[in-house]
Amino acid sequence: MPVKLPHVEYEVPATVAEAVDLLAEHQDEASVLAGGQSLIPLMALRLARPAVLIDINGLGEMSGVSVSDGRVSIGAMTREYVAEESETVADAVPLLAAALPLIGHEAIRSRGTIGGSLAHADPAAELPAVALALDAELVVRSRAGDRVVPAAQWFEGYLATSRRPDEILVEVRFPAAGPGTGAAFQEVARRHGDFAIVGLAASLTLADGAISDARLAFAGLGDVPVRAADAEALLVGEEPSAELFEEAARRATDGIDPPADLNGSPEYRKKVAATLVRRGLRAAADSARHNSARHNSARHNSARHNSAHAHERP
Amino acid sequence: MDITVSVNGAARAASVEARKTLADFLREDLDLTGTHVGCEHGVCGACTVIVDGRAVRSCLMLAVQAAGSEVTTIEGLAPDGALGPLQQAMRDSHSFQCGFCTPGFVMQASAFLRAHPDAGEQEIREALSGNICRCTGYQSIIDGVLLAARRSREG
Repeated sequence: MPVKLPHVEYEVPATVAEAVDLLAEHQDEASVLAGGQSLIPLMALRLARPAVLIDINGLGEMSGVSVSDGRVSIGAMTREYVAEESETVADAVPLLAAALPLIGHEAIRSRGTIGGSLAHADPAAELPAVALALDAELVVRSRAGDRVVPAAQWFEGYLATSRRPDEILVEVRFPAAGPGTGAAFQEVARRHGDFAIVGLAASLTLADGAISDARLAFAGLGDVPVRAADAEALLVGEEPSAELFEEAARRATDGIDPPADLNGSPEYRKKVAATLVRRGLRAAADSARHNSARHNSARHNSARHNSAHAHERP
Repeated sequence: MDITVSVNGAARAASVEARKTLADFLREDLDLTGTHVGCEHGVCGACTVIVDGRAVRSCLMLAVQAAGSEVTTIEGLAPDGALGPLQQAMRDSHSFQCGFCTPGFVMQASAFLRAHPDAGEQEIREALSGNICRCTGYQSIIDGVLLAARRSREG
């Protein structure tokens, strides 16, 4: 049962540099408090016992969305609702745009942050799967300077990342989607807004009718998000078809060994995962075709069509 | 820590421990017990209040984090004791039974309708999906919010 939060020291750095100094001083005795939508419950449940909270909510320099050199950079303290409402995100990172509305509920997204979700690294959450699928880069800062960590090397275990105790996650960089890219985030949950029993981030890019880039990553299948590289390799160079997506679903789920818990057996999760691959690829391909047509007709607007998100029961 | 928070339009100064949630601050320090505390870990939605125009869970925010912010609680929707239009519509629709979840639902719906006055049933269901009610089966709650939206459109 949750109880009141335990006593904790509370620091409010005025700059990122001050936050870095505080982390250097307190190391793993400290937790960085961003949106607090996971950390506060963990403290209430005594699953986290930081001696010091370093509250970064006032650090405006860590918030915002910008584009340069084909990359979309999102400050770690950017709130999820801000990213959800961002035209830049909708246009250039359609997979992220598809996933954001599925995170928790509206009141959670009011406070929750992009960096917080990735630093918390819940394997059933949406953003870790998105970051892994898109080969996002996570920028961490310490007194030694900045270090850029590819998403593939970020997630190390259940709620565990390769962030060192003296490092703070300051920014996440996503590659901007090329023309003809469509994306979908599919998930099955007991109730809307719950963590996914299985979730799938899917992105396809079409060029002249064939798949030129395919990205698939699962949430909820283990201690970390899981990339389906074999299925991606199968898809590239082929034209979208039901048979192709069926085979991709088989390849994506052949080698997986999902956990059992109250929400589902390994067999159930595997079956759901295969279903989500078929659905996700179909939705991403539809969205990619739509975006190709839109690109070709040079009508470049209305980012809403850039992504499709779905939240379905099996 | 000494903080000053604007609550329902009035500046309130207090000295609080960092570990105190906004929900407990409202209830214990300001005696605004209309904000209900249910699960205390962000699942039930009963403690929802509006901070700087957005619905948030006051059990997942520290009171010290609200310093300098504008907070609206359920008490702020009926400052003169008369029900606001959303509250009246929900009352007319028999939206609630035991009343425990009520303030959370009303605050969530209030923030949502302000941002989306033309929302339809599906959007309202989505917006309220993070609040749990153990009595009503939800339909009467949705009816109440839809009625409020319709009344506000019809002026």
